[in-house]
Amino acid sequence: MSTMTDTPHLDLEAIRRRLNGKQGRQYWRCLEELAETPAFQQFVENEFAPGVVDYSSAVNRRNFLKFMGASLALAGLNACTRQPVEKIFPYVQPPEQIVPGKPVYFATAMVQRGFAQGLLVESHMGRPTKVEGNPDHPASLGATDIFAQASVLTLYDPDRAQVVTRAGRVSTWEAFLSEFNLKLEALREKQGAGLRVLTETVTSPTLADQLQRLQAAFPAAKWHQYEPTSRDHARAGAVLAFGEVVETHYRFDRAAVILALDADFLIDHPNSVRYAREFSSQRRVVDGEQKMNRLYMIESTPTLTGTMADHRWALPPAAVENVARAVAAECGIGSTPAALDSSQQKWIKAIADDLKAHRGAGMVIAGDNQPPVVHLLAHALNHALGNAGNTVVYTAPVEAAPVDQMASLRELVHDMNAGAVELLVMMGGNPVFAAPADLDFAGALARVGLRVQLSLHDDETAALCHWHIPESHYLESWSDARAFDGTVTIIQPLIAPLYNSKSAHEMLAVMLGQSGLTGYDCVREYWQKQHNAPDFETFWQVSVHDGVVANTALPLKSVSFTGQLPPPTETASSAGLAICFRPDPSVGDGRFANNGWLQELPKPLTKLTWDNAALLSPATAQRLKLQNEEVVELQYQGRTVKAPVWIMPGHPEETVTVHFGYGRSRGGQLASGTGFNAYALRTSAAPWFGHGLEIRKSGERHRLATSQMHHSMENRHLVRTGTLAEFVAHPEFVHEMGHEPAPEMTLYPEHKYEDNAWGMVIDLNACLGCNACTIACQSENNIAVVGKEQVLIGREMHWIRVDRYYEGDLDHPDTYHQPVPCMHCEKAPCEPVCPVGATVHSSEGLNDMVYNRCVGTRYCANNCPYKVRRFNFLLYSDFETPIVKLQRNPDVTVRSRGVMEKCTYCVQRINAARIEAKKEERAIADGEILTACQQVCPAQAIIFGNLNDPNSRVARLKKSPLNYGLLADLNTRPRTTYLARLRNPNPALAEEGSHA
Amino acid sequence: MAQIFHPSTNTLSKVSIFGAVFFVGGFLWLMLVLERSSYVTQANVVREQPVAFSHRHHVGQLGIDCRYCHTSVEESAFAGIPATKTCMTCHSQIHTTAEILEPVRESWRSDRAIAWVRVNDLPDFVYFNHSIHLKKGIGCVTCHGPIQEMALTWRENPLEMAWCLQCHRNPEKFVRPRDQVFSTTWRAEDQEKLGAQLVQEYQIRKLTDCSICHR
Repeated sequence: MSTMTDTPHLDLEAIRRRLNGKQGRQYWRCLEELAETPAFQQFVENEFAPGVVDYSSAVNRRNFLKFMGASLALAGLNACTRQPVEKIFPYVQPPEQIVPGKPVYFATAMVQRGFAQGLLVESHMGRPTKVEGNPDHPASLGATDIFAQASVLTLYDPDRAQVVTRAGRVSTWEAFLSEFNLKLEALREKQGAGLRVLTETVTSPTLADQLQRLQAAFPAAKWHQYEPTSRDHARAGAVLAFGEVVETHYRFDRAAVILALDADFLIDHPNSVRYAREFSSQRRVVDGEQKMNRLYMIESTPTLTGTMADHRWALPPAAVENVARAVAAECGIGSTPAALDSSQQKWIKAIADDLKAHRGAGMVIAGDNQPPVVHLLAHALNHALGNAGNTVVYTAPVEAAPVDQMASLRELVHDMNAGAVELLVMMGGNPVFAAPADLDFAGALARVGLRVQLSLHDDETAALCHWHIPESHYLESWSDARAFDGTVTIIQPLIAPLYNSKSAHEMLAVMLGQSGLTGYDCVREYWQKQHNAPDFETFWQVSVHDGVVANTALPLKSVSFTGQLPPPTETASSAGLAICFRPDPSVGDGRFANNGWLQELPKPLTKLTWDNAALLSPATAQRLKLQNEEVVELQYQGRTVKAPVWIMPGHPEETVTVHFGYGRSRGGQLASGTGFNAYALRTSAAPWFGHGLEIRKSGERHRLATSQMHHSMENRHLVRTGTLAEFVAHPEFVHEMGHEPAPEMTLYPEHKYEDNAWGMVIDLNACLGCNACTIACQSENNIAVVGKEQVLIGREMHWIRVDRYYEGDLDHPDTYHQPVPCMHCEKAPCEPVCPVGATVHSSEGLNDMVYNRCVGTRYCANNCPYKVRRFNFLLYSDFETPIVKLQRNPDVTVRSRGVMEKCTYCVQRINAARIEAKKEERAIADGEILTACQQVCPAQAIIFGNLNDPNSRVARLKKSPLNYGLLADLNTRPRTTYLARLRNPNPALAEEGSHA
Repeated sequence: MAQIFHPSTNTLSKVSIFGAVFFVGGFLWLMLVLERSSYVTQANVVREQPVAFSHRHHVGQLGIDCRYCHTSVEESAFAGIPATKTCMTCHSQIHTTAEILEPVRESWRSDRAIAWVRVNDLPDFVYFNHSIHLKKGIGCVTCHGPIQEMALTWRENPLEMAWCLQCHRNPEKFVRPRDQVFSTTWRAEDQEKLGAQLVQEYQIRKLTDCSICHR
């Protein structure tokens, strides 16, 4: 195999020299490319990573004839197969709303970190198949993140817990009830002393009400909350600043200058989908708009928000506080901390000046992983600069019981160790896996008399519990939850529970002596009490239908800043490397580890799939003489974990980032055995970062499946970037970056388009690189998961990939994202080379892919300059497992082995809209067809529509001077084009480029 | 040395060489015929159903409209197979004890669906939509044949792509006025003239893009 079986040895010093020697703008994708290793060259030159072409045994003439004869005969026989007899099962009593063959949409919400993201879920004959955002929901606005998209796959996960188990043996709910109730009765006599309930963050009004009633029934019982990604520091910061817990809301649509202190607000925040929309709305340079906001990002690990920044400053995590203090001092708060060199001084002054120049239109936002004092500094700056009340507003906390979750967990563990816990009920979460290592949750758990867990999977915690109850998926159960602004959604199920599962409401109902009460009863009863009026039925119907309960957003709260800035704390020991803990970008805190779509999703910056790695900067790697994929022992506070190394351009020096969520030992076929467990290093005292990490070489290697070298188009002005100032001064600069041949320079006949001619524009200025489009496309188009081994040889099937480009030097590169679907070329190179006419031009300009004609020559993929065609080398789609089939979109063919596939512009959606329009004898309206990638995009970076309609949004955007076609010099005339990416750097820092 | 082969083997070898061509050709022809035979296409083959339902009786003799049972035919891709309730609207009153209807009553009592055998079945990679065909003036009987005469239902046409294309390429030969699409008896006086006019009027076009049916 000419794939990169052996990772090439990278000489980082030589790469640096080479980069320094280059002139002009230099974009690059990975270190191997810069090193120009022979293995990389060969990899790029082969369209198909080998594996199919090299049979192990040589085929001689005789065998060849035998195979050909057999194939011919079998192919002939194949044509004679009759279709199998199919049965139709009509309803006995048809439900009113369902029209067979037409999807129905229901509003519901998915809860992540306690907060609701409003959804509209598509249901085909009772099967939920696709998740969309609810445009009426404040935390969605019609878009979703990757987790909501992938959640539908978790519903049909064959590895979900399906039966009640007692000590690992199959049991029944009734048997559970008899033991559980006996225990509860015994505890009732002691006022509930010894009863503990552990949940994740709760915003659900019904659940909170049930928990309160439980507290009343068992006054000595305690309710604990723990979430690995808790927002303890934000809460503590608010208490420092205002003397009370308040929730801080940011209004990015009003902010002109933003200083983010290690805050990955576009991705890693409960309200990130809305923030992404608001943030990108201030960065579009379209329709004559020539204004952009400016983002300064100071971060301790490369994040997507950092890639959107106009100025990015990578610092070890503990140094962020120092910068925050210095900026504050520059704005008249506190004193200037020592130890800043002149270049840093210049940065701080520039940031502070910019913030001061935009009083009331600036914003300082601190990340949840930064200590409370940084939050205090952010609040102080926002108040001093008049941003509070304008770009930054406050409400009462949205959580039902905002507590310091780490303290709550610590208290629980303490009580467990003391033998004071007789009954522990865990609802959601996986504390044995996800609790900080120093608490030894598993050890403490062993001292609990009766341990009960309600969860989706039979996970690490379930293994140590007496009873494990399968939890209902959110698409199977009734509940309610609040969005980040407080708006309540009543969560309605799309399908009855697939297994004998229960929801948290049903568990609590049992504990409240209301055994048999369904989730629906619990939620409805609660809201009946809240809205005790004759029109309750209308209220209920409207609330459930709309997916939001009207007027439940929390009112704004005025707060007064009373904080006192504490003196700088001496960092206890800043010796050794810093370690930075973050949730994994693909599998979250570990709860999505058994989700194939998310496992195979290339992580936004590393492009790693199926693994996590210890990320460190090129300079640190050079100093420690480390190479990619080298397995090292990470030793931190007496604990050791083995992890593969990944060299990350733009990573802060002397810092290692580890993502937690991987390294599961239980919880499904995909979850266990992938990656390493970073929780094993995490401590409750410093859950987000610390110092004193030591790295030791282990001499082992671990293959990492990264897609960053796959589908390389070899640098030919693929991303085009500039600054706002350049654009204003010289709007045509984008077109001067590449050559576009005249339209008549073609041998092929022109196509005529009578009514519709579809096209797409992708605004690189808005694109965050969040990957939501990739997952949405996978969900909509029944795209198969192939597994790590296949990804290693370049066979991932995603129809839309997000290419990530670096520009600049190794240590402080700028990062750009470019989603690449099929370009649907006007003169498509794939079309003329297909010997069987399986890829043809449609009368609306689509480049149709006809699976039933395809014989798998792969000529089309060879001839595609954009590398967007995907071939089913093996039977990747699961045709066997019944439960998996329920997820499939019935409007899209499930592809078999030997067939080429690619982006179709969601032709099933086009056809559906065209049929409806024709039936109503009208034209298809602009915006009526949303492709799956467009619909999900939080930043609205993808716009699809009719190019023949001069008033359509897509046609207007194509006229923008920023519009350019990918590889347009090949005269393929792509229908998918891009708007060039602009940055808005501070002129005061222009000399510095966009990095420190 | 005597000849090993008799001179007649010359003829034999010639015949077998030429014969091989005819044999291969014949084999291919046989395959082609088989492929289009009703053995493979299941055209004109009566399907055994759990209830011996007669379209001849219900449509031909009683004159019940198609849409009484196939309710979603005008709005959805799928025409819809009647729910047991639809059968019971009449059969709770008439023929209430008929043995032939026992599976229907059983379904009604037990709330379990009747497992009908699919008669008109397209491959899974073909996406056909009933509603747009009706809107564009294609009658039920154009594809489903003389349903009013089928005591037991069969597939009238092979439903192969070549058959679909006859109409997708030349819709004027098949299209009828919209108000006659459900008629089982309507005949055009001059299909060629009427067809051409209706194709204009109903704006029938773009019928041969692959992605119209395959996606």
